[in-house]
Amino acid sequence: MTKALPSVSRPATPGFATFDEPHHSLLIDGDGEPDFDAIQTSEDFLALKRRVKRFILPATVVFLAWYVTFVLLSAYAAEFMSTPLFGTVNVGLTMGFLQIVTTVIITMAYSRYSKRKLDPQVDRVRALVETDEELA
Amino acid sequence: MTGANTAINLSVFGVFVLLTLYIVYRASTRNVSASDYYAAGSSFTGTQNGIALSGDFLSAASFLGISGAIAVNGYDGFMYSIGWVVAWLIGLMLISERLRNTGRFTMGDVMAFRMRQRPVRAAAANSTLVISLFYMIAQMAGAGGLMALLLDVHSKIGQAIIIAVVGIVMVLYVLVGGMKGTTWVQIIKAVLLILTVSLLTIFLIGKFGFDFSSMLDRATQRSPLGEAVLSPGVKYGATDLSKIDFISLALALVLGTASLPHVLMRFYTVPNAREARKSVVWATWMMAIFYSCTLVIGFGAMALVGTDKITNAPGGENSAAPLLAFQVGGTVLLGIVCAVAFATILAVVAGLTLTASASFAHDVYANVIKRGEADPRDEVRVARITAVCVGVLAIVGGIAANGQNVAFLVALAFALAASANLPTLLYSLFWKRFNTRGTLWSIYGGLTSCVLLIVFSPAISGSKSSVFPDADFAFFPLSNPGIVSIPLSFLAGFLGTVLGGEKADAAKQAEMEVRGLTGIGSGLR
Repeated sequence: MTKALPSVSRPATPGFATFDEPHHSLLIDGDGEPDFDAIQTSEDFLALKRRVKRFILPATVVFLAWYVTFVLLSAYAAEFMSTPLFGTVNVGLTMGFLQIVTTVIITMAYSRYSKRKLDPQVDRVRALVETDEELA
Repeated sequence: MTGANTAINLSVFGVFVLLTLYIVYRASTRNVSASDYYAAGSSFTGTQNGIALSGDFLSAASFLGISGAIAVNGYDGFMYSIGWVVAWLIGLMLISERLRNTGRFTMGDVMAFRMRQRPVRAAAANSTLVISLFYMIAQMAGAGGLMALLLDVHSKIGQAIIIAVVGIVMVLYVLVGGMKGTTWVQIIKAVLLILTVSLLTIFLIGKFGFDFSSMLDRATQRSPLGEAVLSPGVKYGATDLSKIDFISLALALVLGTASLPHVLMRFYTVPNAREARKSVVWATWMMAIFYSCTLVIGFGAMALVGTDKITNAPGGENSAAPLLAFQVGGTVLLGIVCAVAFATILAVVAGLTLTASASFAHDVYANVIKRGEADPRDEVRVARITAVCVGVLAIVGGIAANGQNVAFLVALAFALAASANLPTLLYSLFWKRFNTRGTLWSIYGGLTSCVLLIVFSPAISGSKSSVFPDADFAFFPLSNPGIVSIPLSFLAGFLGTVLGGEKADAAKQAEMEVRGLTGIGSGLR
């Protein structure tokens, strides 16, 4: 796809806007629409992607593995799962309850991570295309 | 139960229906645009939507079906609870925020974002309609069982009439209230349900001196299975095949939740991705509390009511929670629990009807038939007509499936969602090369394989508990097809893409990825 205008790139060092740059030196194409190709390859967006991946990839692998382990143990190691732990409460019931606990822990961890690491980065990417009118 | 009880039960739940109808009516006054009807104008907060999300999700299957499954099968019933809690992590981390950023009203919005619109939207609508209908039939069957117990109706015809009445009331909710009214019903119902369940749990565990172990001890004495109910394998442990069935069920539960169309549609009722995330966090907390309680209620019913009495009651397994309520709190508590359970069914079915009608009107009518140029007023009118048709189908199906364990029926709907929707959603969100052909292959591949395997499974024919117990065409041995149809759909989507078809639209892919993560271009703030 060819663009009507060459995409304007962001100044290399943020905070050093110069006067010969247009006022909104933003990733916006000729029609005033966001230039998604340019955003997709911008450093800020790539950083956001890396941060997202850094959390959700390991977290997804861990919770799925933990869940599948529980299911497989229930199916093929019934003996082990029936070992009593506290009174009549056995390993299987305890592990099942722990699945619920870990789900809550991962949920809260993701929520915290998003607020501290993802949302500010999303704001940085959004700043690439936010024009004065939108901010007003 | 005697006639006097019936009168109390009826009045408790009659009050509920009138109250909610009034609220729906009040909430509906500004219910005009398509955005209002489908997404309540995206005006709910994350907290409100999170509660409504748990209201939408905590169905009769969860409350009646799971507590019944635990009361009868012990450990194997508990599996449902765990799968349904863990599943929310997929919704939280992979789907909710991206869906909110890329779509407007339906699942089809996201699936068709960077694909050819008409075929993909038609496919998304087909899958939405099939899944919603399946889920609804399960809920209606639950309504039959519940009302059988509540009103002491034993005849199949009496129960059929009850199912029809449930269907009519829920269509009313949708027609009058749209998404806004339905959401308020979900919120009220979720709060009532969680309160009832928590109080019942605290009371039960208090009865055993806050000693869960001694409750289990008592439960094993009241179950014909003895200590085996605390271990895995009662229901699924007999043969290698039944173990695979168990794994299949577990997969469907965890992968299906976040791809149910009515759950997905809820993410559009909030204004932006951050609120969508907040919704899931709230919903997860509610689920964690609720499903921990089902463990106590299920084993509590086993300990106090006894398994035999539950299986012999009208409504069978599904009546464990109401029977327990009667045992510990007499007619008044029974009335309350039944009213809450009934509210649950009404609310969930209303949510499903809304989703199905939105999908037909928005994806099929507006985008496939009218090619994106429908008058929004016509679109809403079509949605309302669809809601009525869907209601009729659900009533007929519910009558046919009356008497089945609702948790089990719902698990089939989850298998359908996990097969048809999850692979497609994940590919279109995370795989650059994914194209129109891959999308169609994964939707239809997952959907048809799953439907066919269900038709030829023991759930439909060939065993005592089948829908058609007298016929036998069950050549697929598993009652839950997830373990076959979910990988098949992933494979179909992959093959459909790599074996040809048009190349993925790179510009649209860039737009979808940027928009999914940041919301740029979506107009959301």
